[in-house]
Amino acid sequence: MSTVTEKLEGMDVWLYHGQIYIPNTYSAGAVGSKFLIELRDRKRIVGTRCPTCNRVYVPARSICKDCYSQLDEWVEVSNKGTLLTYTVCNQQNAIQPVEAPIVYGIIQLDGADTGFVHLLGEVDPEQLKVGMRVQAVFKKEREASILDIKYFKPLV
Amino acid sequence: MPNRVAIVGIGQTYHKSKRPDVSQPEMVAEAVRAALADAQLSIQDVEAVFSANMETFEAIYLPDHGMAAEVGAFGKPGFKVNTGGTTGGSVVAEGFYMVASGLFDIAMVIGFEKQDCGDTTAAITAAVTPIWGKGAATGAIGEFAKQALSYIETSGATEEHAAMIRLKADRNACRNPYAHLKLGLKSVDEILQSAYLVWPLRILDFCPQSCGACALIFASEQRAKKITKKPVWIADVEVVHQEPFRAGVFGDPTGKETYTQHVACERLYKRNGISNPRKDIDMAEIYEPSNWEEMNLYEHFHFCEKGEGWKLIEKGITEIEGEFPVNCSGGVIATNPIGATPVIRVAEAALQIRGDAGEHQAPKDIKTAIATALGGPNWTVLVLLKRSL
Ligand SMILES: [Zn+2]
Repeated sequence: MSTVTEKLEGMDVWLYHGQIYIPNTYSAGAVGSKFLIELRDRKRIVGTRCPTCNRVYVPARSICKDCYSQLDEWVEVSNKGTLLTYTVCNQQNAIQPVEAPIVYGIIQLDGADTGFVHLLGEVDPEQLKVGMRVQAVFKKEREASILDIKYFKPLV
Repeated sequence: MPNRVAIVGIGQTYHKSKRPDVSQPEMVAEAVRAALADAQLSIQDVEAVFSANMETFEAIYLPDHGMAAEVGAFGKPGFKVNTGGTTGGSVVAEGFYMVASGLFDIAMVIGFEKQDCGDTTAAITAAVTPIWGKGAATGAIGEFAKQALSYIETSGATEEHAAMIRLKADRNACRNPYAHLKLGLKSVDEILQSAYLVWPLRILDFCPQSCGACALIFASEQRAKKITKKPVWIADVEVVHQEPFRAGVFGDPTGKETYTQHVACERLYKRNGISNPRKDIDMAEIYEPSNWEEMNLYEHFHFCEKGEGWKLIEKGITEIEGEFPVNCSGGVIATNPIGATPVIRVAEAALQIRGDAGEHQAPKDIKTAIATALGGPNWTVLVLLKRSL
């Protein structure tokens, strides 16, 4: 970490500039790991179903938010879905792993009861429409990351 | 039955994009001094101090460790909370719980954010769950652009309605000495010429990054009546949590998720015998990062029927002179020091009840007001205030 100081014009105050860099490790956990490994090895999008509420969570999760059931029933959902809303951001931020413009939205996959947030690609942002049908495009080289789905493209 | 709790002191800083003239603790002390002066109390009278700040936004970890003296917490109980956008609402709830429990007679709550220190958008972008959020996160602006689009699609509101909301906010902010953006906007057309930040959000459709702090002093019933002739009673508080990334964040496009606003209102209104919020409550100070979200929140808070939020501004109902004024202060779209923002909502609603809001006092008599907080995790905090219990 380097620090430089700056004397502010016209004021008797000093500004200290710095940058924080903190390495970290995050476990995807039991459910997250299974979801990501299914993506990597079989290009399958899977979720968990609550036996009490009959609700399918995608991304998968271990506990139902409504009834606190332990969720261990896995279901495969479609890699096709409906675009519920979207946005296009043109300004890049240093911590984003994809380049601007960042086109992303919320997709309800067929068979899921939840919204799934992901990138949109192979589409002119002007052509995007709420309600349009989209389909997942998987990367060739996959590494058990949510970005193993490259993006969702319009279904024609 | 909880003990009764009143707000007896209100203090805030002025708000600006940059405050290089003061450090974070010095800025916070300005609000604390103002609140003590308002209550005519000394810091020795305050038994416990609770603070609120989204520390990643400033990249200053544990800022409370460096400001015990400035917040008046030295040698006292209290701690800092951080719950995202609702941070300031959480600290109000916390202070309320503490005094209502009977553990403390006088407690102070403080919200603060000095956004000239860090990179708020980077911090929000980094706050997504690492497994699911990677890539598809762009900070608050992108989220509220999605919300705006969702609202357009489902409600029939137009950009003109959003512009009317923005015009209302600016007119009110121009009357508020503490507000940050005072633009002197003249017309809907002027707002519709503002450039798109992230479509359909224009630059004028979104809140600024402000530096500022706001402090409130809470007292038990017995003490409150001795401290001030104009106590503002905290009639009730409700807090409801949700998870953003799973729920698709704001706007619930699946139609199957629970809006925390609905749950919070249902509980709060029921407990307090509120059947028609627009009649039973006199005004609202709501947390609206964008004008589009304000229309959406009118619906969520049951100020109108679903899909009709835009009609309230079209009819002038939520103007300061209207039947049900919303954000007489100019709101969040004019001033957003994040950790302080929900505390300011409560402060401004309390000033309206006291009749001390000055130039931006609503003309109607405000006896009951609601203040709300909203956060990235789609959490809601509601605070119901009354002149008499
Ligand atoms: Zn369940």
